[in-house]
Amino acid sequence: MQVIGIIVSLMAGGLLAMALGPKSAQASRLAALAGLAVATILFFPLLMLAISETGSGTGAGAVWLSQISIEWIPRFGIRLLFAVDGIAVILIGLTLLLGYISLLSAWSEITKRCGFFYFCLLFTLAGVVGVFSALDLFLFFVFWEVMLIPMFLIITVWGHENRYYAALKFFIYTQASSLLMLLSMLVLVHMHWQQSGTISFSWFDLLETDTSGRLGFWLMLGFFVAFVVKLPGIPVHNWLPDAHTQAPTPGSILLAGILLKTGAYGLLRFIFPLFPEAALEFTPIAMTLGVISVLYAAKLAFAQNDIKRLIAYASISHMGFVTLGIFAWNAISLQGTLVQIVAHGLSSAGLFAIAGLIQQRTHTRALDELGGLWPQVPRLSALMMFFAIAALGLPGLGNFVGEFMILLGTFQTSPIAAVVAALGMVLAPVYALIIMQKAFFGTPSADAKSTSVDLVPHEIFMLAILVVGLIILGFWPGLLTNLSEPGMLDLMRNGLPAGQGG
Amino acid sequence: MNLLWLIPTLPFLGFTILVLSSGRMSRERARIVGVGSVALAFLATIYIATQYYAAAAHGLDHGAGFTVSLWPWITAGSLNLNFSLYLDGLSLSMLFVITGVGALIHLYASGYMWDDPDYTRFFTYMNLFVAAMLMLVLADNLVLMFLGWEGVGLCSFLLIGFWYKDPKNGYAARKAFVVTRAGDTAFAIGLFLLFRELGSLEIQEILHLAPENFEMGGNMPTLISALLLGGAVGKSAQIPLQTWLPDAMAGPTPVSALIHAATMVTAGVYLIARCHPVFLLSPIAMTMVASIGLITLLVAGFTALNQWDIKRVLAYSTMSQIGYMFLALGVEAWDSSIFHLMTHAIFKALLFLTAGSIILAMHHEQDIRKMGGLRKQLPVPFWCFLIGSACLIALPPTSGFWSKEPILLAAWEADPIFWYGAVFGAFLTAVYTTRLMLLVFFGTPEGGIPKTHEPKGWQLHPPLIILAGLSLVAGLFNLPAADVLPHAHEHHPPLWVEITGILLPVVGIFIGWQVFLKGRWQALRMESPAFDGLRKFLASGWGFDWLYDILLVKPFMALAKANRNDIVDLVPKAVVVASSQCYYFFSRGQNGQLRFYVATMAAAAIMIISLALFT
Repeated sequence: MQVIGIIVSLMAGGLLAMALGPKSAQASRLAALAGLAVATILFFPLLMLAISETGSGTGAGAVWLSQISIEWIPRFGIRLLFAVDGIAVILIGLTLLLGYISLLSAWSEITKRCGFFYFCLLFTLAGVVGVFSALDLFLFFVFWEVMLIPMFLIITVWGHENRYYAALKFFIYTQASSLLMLLSMLVLVHMHWQQSGTISFSWFDLLETDTSGRLGFWLMLGFFVAFVVKLPGIPVHNWLPDAHTQAPTPGSILLAGILLKTGAYGLLRFIFPLFPEAALEFTPIAMTLGVISVLYAAKLAFAQNDIKRLIAYASISHMGFVTLGIFAWNAISLQGTLVQIVAHGLSSAGLFAIAGLIQQRTHTRALDELGGLWPQVPRLSALMMFFAIAALGLPGLGNFVGEFMILLGTFQTSPIAAVVAALGMVLAPVYALIIMQKAFFGTPSADAKSTSVDLVPHEIFMLAILVVGLIILGFWPGLLTNLSEPGMLDLMRNGLPAGQGG
Repeated sequence: MNLLWLIPTLPFLGFTILVLSSGRMSRERARIVGVGSVALAFLATIYIATQYYAAAAHGLDHGAGFTVSLWPWITAGSLNLNFSLYLDGLSLSMLFVITGVGALIHLYASGYMWDDPDYTRFFTYMNLFVAAMLMLVLADNLVLMFLGWEGVGLCSFLLIGFWYKDPKNGYAARKAFVVTRAGDTAFAIGLFLLFRELGSLEIQEILHLAPENFEMGGNMPTLISALLLGGAVGKSAQIPLQTWLPDAMAGPTPVSALIHAATMVTAGVYLIARCHPVFLLSPIAMTMVASIGLITLLVAGFTALNQWDIKRVLAYSTMSQIGYMFLALGVEAWDSSIFHLMTHAIFKALLFLTAGSIILAMHHEQDIRKMGGLRKQLPVPFWCFLIGSACLIALPPTSGFWSKEPILLAAWEADPIFWYGAVFGAFLTAVYTTRLMLLVFFGTPEGGIPKTHEPKGWQLHPPLIILAGLSLVAGLFNLPAADVLPHAHEHHPPLWVEITGILLPVVGIFIGWQVFLKGRWQALRMESPAFDGLRKFLASGWGFDWLYDILLVKPFMALAKANRNDIVDLVPKAVVVASSQCYYFFSRGQNGQLRFYVATMAAAAIMIISLALFT
């Protein structure tokens, strides 16, 4: 029930912001903030429930914390089915947190058509929350589309110099792949109908489908492509660098922080549980793609001159670990994937926020036009250093815990993939530290862009939240993994091929 | 023991205070926090040591340690890691080195860096370094050790690049980080393998399980040891991952003393000593450790002879001395290795800090060709440097002698080849140290004895004098590490072996004195043009940088540059181009000209008819 409340309050906040926008920008900001605040209040009971279920720490707690099922299109067995487990609670929490961050970063950056902007922002958030909680496949698809269109508008209306190209590329990639997913869904439902005689789009019902045949493999591939485009993984990653570079800062934060995570979530929730045999068969290919993503994107990141483009490629590299962790499909790698998802959400939000702050101050994102920023803006520089070392996976911060668990878990089943991916550890400092060198160290050349405006309090506040989050994740990842443990173990059992379960 | 957590926490607290002050703190306060936190950690170490010995006196088994569990850290499936600290004789020895030498270096640095505009930032990084280094040696499991391990790497990066205005410093810093990270990756893979084979990452459990699960001389212990060795080699600047250390001298001199001489670079030695039961299962790995040490100590010795920068001479001598520690590990002289680690930390810190005083007095000049005859003007540095050099050469009865002599004897026992190499290395050490001493403090350079100025600040001299005193007497210390490590065998080499080991350094001093002061046997200086190539080769550190540049850096840069725009992006671009070309092609037909329509219709009709007729 709370989930519907969260989605509705986000949408209501968005509509209110749009209505107030033409009169007063400030009022629309506050309306958006109010919508987000109500959603947060509604989220707390869920969080408390998840915490109380993990008191024992043995993973024996209830898997599903909240479940609601309302009839919607009875003729096709489509229901408004929302169910939330620990994994979903964590991801919804991340969505709301990054919602605040992007709101804060929009505060001073977005000045035109404020009302409409906050409408798009909150509808994106609502769509993402829906994706994380809908377990009727049709409903899932609806939310998948709901989050796409406002994001497309954010890039098109408030983006930078080359925004139309980037937005269109983003739209075509996601749309084409999600049609594949829709097709796979329909065939899967048909398959289930043939086997059981009932039409249902419910994830719980479809779990029972026997998908071990050839057709099952192709259906799995349809889902896989949709999720990997969103993740994104090589070779379908090309929309991301453009979309990130052109999106306004709050858009980049949403995109990297949570939209990419819907792809990871999809891989986690649907691929193995619905198609255990096919997924197992596909594992070597998926892992190869994951490893290539890690290394190839890291290499590309190093060569970039545009800060946001560099961070975008770094994101692809980090998402390669997620693919790896999911396809290793064991408790360590899966929990590591979740930590990686949250840690990357926080660290990339920080990196993009700072890239945006640099652009606001110096009017450039090009590394070769920057230099020697440290003495000019020491606080901003120190925080950039923090997020850069978080991104390169320094122990003590969240990203390390995620990557370490993923690699450790993957090594147990696929040592070669883990060892090759571990080479990413050597490449990560190569690209992360080059930003520091080119933009912040050295002496600025005569024509370098400069600034004298260091961080103002609301910017420090925004970044401090992310810093604290990453440190907590680095030292107390148990706060997160305990919450997700019952759900993750249940998911893992569902994803084992028949005969290996139990 | 319950207060063990205080030791790493104190410097970390100092770091936190300095970070949160975000540059608004006065120098005086920053000094109190920065130096005070490490000094307090030293006091806490003394307190813990008294407790440790009290427990030992109450019948506690020698070599047993204390575990202090703080909180569950990473748990999932069968993985169960705690954030917990472990104290035994070995970690206690390391604690004394880190906090004791560390506190003295911090005190010195508070005077040395006084005029630097980024005084607070300097101590922020230094305190973080000490905290990370303490975590490294106190860690109860290998992942927590890895946390400290990478943490010190980060601080090393930050401090090498401390003077960030010069891009060369930034390059040196990144080189250090990336090269050591290559080693760290091997270390991490070693952890994955250990976990797969033994199902645990707790150090004590692994040391217990390894001999039970692995057969002596098997492939698995060799592979695991080799991977751990990879990490050790990177951090401790041994061949083949040694190239970053000489460049790391770009950092401020107290940093070189603390990180790149006394503590961080010895982490590899600590790792191997800590995991010695695993290494003992693999004779191949032990030979690898000893050989790497031997090769490094010789290569670095030759290179040190050909350097003109005072700090680079010391950097290569550090590499060479750590080579001795690796050699000692490889020949099972465990406690000698840790003993040499401790004495080296003291006398090399002394040498670096003294070099810092000389550099300050010379207005930041580091080229020893421009120095000379400084002994009258700088009496305290002169005597301190003399004592440090005597330790480095291992002259009896300095601490360097007491720690190096057993290594040579153990090397003889293991294999005389190791002894020949090590004793020749000792000779080289004597020659290059004498050369350094003479060029800096004796003779007269071209253009006369340079004018020096007296650096201000009372903080500079006391640490030097204390370290000099310690360098002389540290040979008497009884290290608690010996309780943990297997006792070395009694060595009974022939008498001539012992005498040669003592005499050869003296011969080295004599030759150095004759060549570099008296001007005899000038052929040995290899200054004739015929030797130019050889000298360049030696001075460059045997061309490793050049080799890695060709093999790794250049191809990577070329690849990165060539594929900057991501070749995969051509696929969507090709789709765009193809569809727009189709559009242009077909839209050109719709041009509104009647004759064009008639002509194409006729042509198509002819084509269709001829197809029908001729097929």
